[in-house]
Amino acid sequence: MTTTTSKFKNIECDPDLCIGCQICEYVCSYTKTGEYNTYRSRIRTVRVDEVLITAMACRTCDNAPCVTACPQDALSQDPATGIIHINAQKCDACAWCVEACDFGAISINPESRLAEICDQCEDQEDGPQCVLWCPKEALKLTTPEQEAQKARREALKSIKNEVLPKIPLKETTC
Amino acid sequence: MFGYSGKVLHIDLTERKTWVEEKTEDWYKLWIGGVSMASRLCWENIKPGCDAYSPENPVCIANGVFAGTPVPVGGKYGLASKSPMTGFIGDSLSGSWFSIALKRAGWDAVVIHGASESWVNVFIDDQRVEFRDATKLLGLGTFETEEAIREALADDQVRSATIGPAGEKMVRYANVTNDGRQAGRTGHGSVWGSKKLKAVSVRGTHGIQVADPKTLNELSFNITKEAQGPHTSKYRILGTSTNVLNLNKLGLLPTRNYQEGVFEGVETISGEFLHEHNKVKTIACAQCPIACEQMSMVKAGPWTGAMTGIEYECLFANSSNLGIDDINTAIKLIHIADSSGMDAMSMGITISWAMETFEKGIFKKEDFKCEKFPEGFELTFGNSEAAVATAEMIRDREGIGKLLGEGTRIASLTIDEQRGSETYKWAMHSKGLEPAGYEARGLKTFSLGSAVGTRGPCHNRTAAYDPDIQGEVDRFSVDEKRGMLAKDTEEYAAVYDTLPLCKFIRRCFTGKADRAGAWPTIVKLINATTGWDLKYEDIDPIGERAHTIKKAFNIREGWKRSDDTLPYRWMHDPMTKGPSAGHFTSEEELEYMKDTYYEAKGWTKEGLIPKSKLIELGMPDVAEQIGV
Repeated sequence: MTTTTSKFKNIECDPDLCIGCQICEYVCSYTKTGEYNTYRSRIRTVRVDEVLITAMACRTCDNAPCVTACPQDALSQDPATGIIHINAQKCDACAWCVEACDFGAISINPESRLAEICDQCEDQEDGPQCVLWCPKEALKLTTPEQEAQKARREALKSIKNEVLPKIPLKETTC
Repeated sequence: MFGYSGKVLHIDLTERKTWVEEKTEDWYKLWIGGVSMASRLCWENIKPGCDAYSPENPVCIANGVFAGTPVPVGGKYGLASKSPMTGFIGDSLSGSWFSIALKRAGWDAVVIHGASESWVNVFIDDQRVEFRDATKLLGLGTFETEEAIREALADDQVRSATIGPAGEKMVRYANVTNDGRQAGRTGHGSVWGSKKLKAVSVRGTHGIQVADPKTLNELSFNITKEAQGPHTSKYRILGTSTNVLNLNKLGLLPTRNYQEGVFEGVETISGEFLHEHNKVKTIACAQCPIACEQMSMVKAGPWTGAMTGIEYECLFANSSNLGIDDINTAIKLIHIADSSGMDAMSMGITISWAMETFEKGIFKKEDFKCEKFPEGFELTFGNSEAAVATAEMIRDREGIGKLLGEGTRIASLTIDEQRGSETYKWAMHSKGLEPAGYEARGLKTFSLGSAVGTRGPCHNRTAAYDPDIQGEVDRFSVDEKRGMLAKDTEEYAAVYDTLPLCKFIRRCFTGKADRAGAWPTIVKLINATTGWDLKYEDIDPIGERAHTIKKAFNIREGWKRSDDTLPYRWMHDPMTKGPSAGHFTSEEELEYMKDTYYEAKGWTKEGLIPKSKLIELGMPDVAEQIGV
């Protein structure tokens, strides 16, 4: 069972804006491995029909199920950022974390035999590289609560024209 | 060697065996990738003079040098075989994931020989090749086939190039489709059908390394950002369908089987109308930051729910050219073509030929008898229901659809022979391929570019309409410059088709699309990927060589000067309406322009290639065989 939270930031993709170009995957895999290989990307583009496309990465769940599932205690969640850290000494590539994740955000690198997950490029000066490169600004580092706030404001703006004519405009003095 | 694995995979469907051919770095420097490398492999592997449907005609797939890297619009591959439409080289391009998977599997190119006895799905799993039974995939549409293969292999990163039902039934202008994109025009789908090759699937798991990733990333990042600006707004917002209104204003929008260049119903088939009423979403090929594919849906009427990507060439062929002003009909027709895997341009133009043939009394109602309409129907211009019924008959090869599935040339030759008619006078093809959506009678340079096209008249292989439309030359007359313009535009296009890069990026390097604006960045991209040391002056020969190998292929297949011609109508019937009224390209004008063209190319007056030219371009073996 997944418990997402509103307190941690994560990489969000707007499916209306995502065009399915996979540029996020090239940049992610390059940043992490020095090679372009979408199999090694920690963000993945998903396309289920001609127009339903989005990109998905770690959602920084509250009480992350991947951490709970790990039999080796190799996964831990940063209490400040929600980012999942993997202890390379402990991880034995059993893939229980992969199965525990409802968003398919974890994969096992067959060469290093380690779990891989989005760390929001915490070591990069200019932040998540996928967000930086995304040609359509479909990707953002944000929290669900910030997105909800924005949705509420957008919803209100969208009915502006219906509401305004009914409100008698007062002359402003200031 | 960076950018290449150095290996070509050969697959023999007859013997079900494979072998690996290693190529030298010098060979890659000559042929680079895409259309050029695929055409060269066709030259090396075909039995000259063979039938396009025989096992001796190979399927040549060549990857792009930038596939799988962040280089914008570099995720493309070339596909070449002898074309069953033209009997000459059939070279196509397609974008998206297939090329990237192939690159990661470690193959620069794949050549598929022979023919299978039973339907087969070739699965290239990194270095391993598996011949999978494809019986269960028969009858599935293009997208469904890809999904079924992914499901069977339980891996959503498997990418497939497939044929649909039209290819299985060998509609002559069937396409190969991957990831919703088509390797279109010259009938690859029917060649695959003749080999009982339903799909080629690829899983590539290896990372791609380039020589100088820092430079490549920096250049790619800048181009990616530039591609969100005004240089691509045409493609991003309305897509190429914006041409409908523009070309109509110039009297160049093919209407009712190219009878006229203006259409009275243009407002409701325009890109603007489509955008407002039918657009669902814009999507991109893999590795493309532009996203030009305008996914559009029929939202009312009997075909509600039909959805596909709409661009100009497919749109004109299935709307104005059929006298149809209903955008929903056009979407439905293009959806039939795309989902069954056939060329929407050739299909639309073959139907428009049949409509004119009906209106002139040569086709009768009873010619169109089918299960759905046992009495037949009246295939008149503007009749949406009849157009859709005809497209379905072509797809299913039912009744007259069997003949119409052969394309305009064979259909008109057959009817003229059977009925003593002269339908060839309105059969719109040259070399057997239906032309692009630009009325060449009002574009003299483009009429030359169309006549000399190695795969037939094509808007992708030449942009000779550009100097005409931009006013660089008088579009209604001819002069000695036209040969050089045709050479320049086709070889410019050939550079993009060889790397390959999508031409929609051409203004995003510096704001200028000409050679001085584009080549310096392209040189840097190639060098950063491969570690080579190419210079500005090395780029033009890439395009000239690519074009020359295709021409050489055609010469070996028996091409002669008289094959460089135009549809009868374009050379005899002046248009009567609109800004291009009164114009056509006479035989005298065309022959004069061909002289200027062969001279500009450095060829003989008969259009043959001197040995010295071929040696200069690095192909002494070709000089040996066809040089004069």
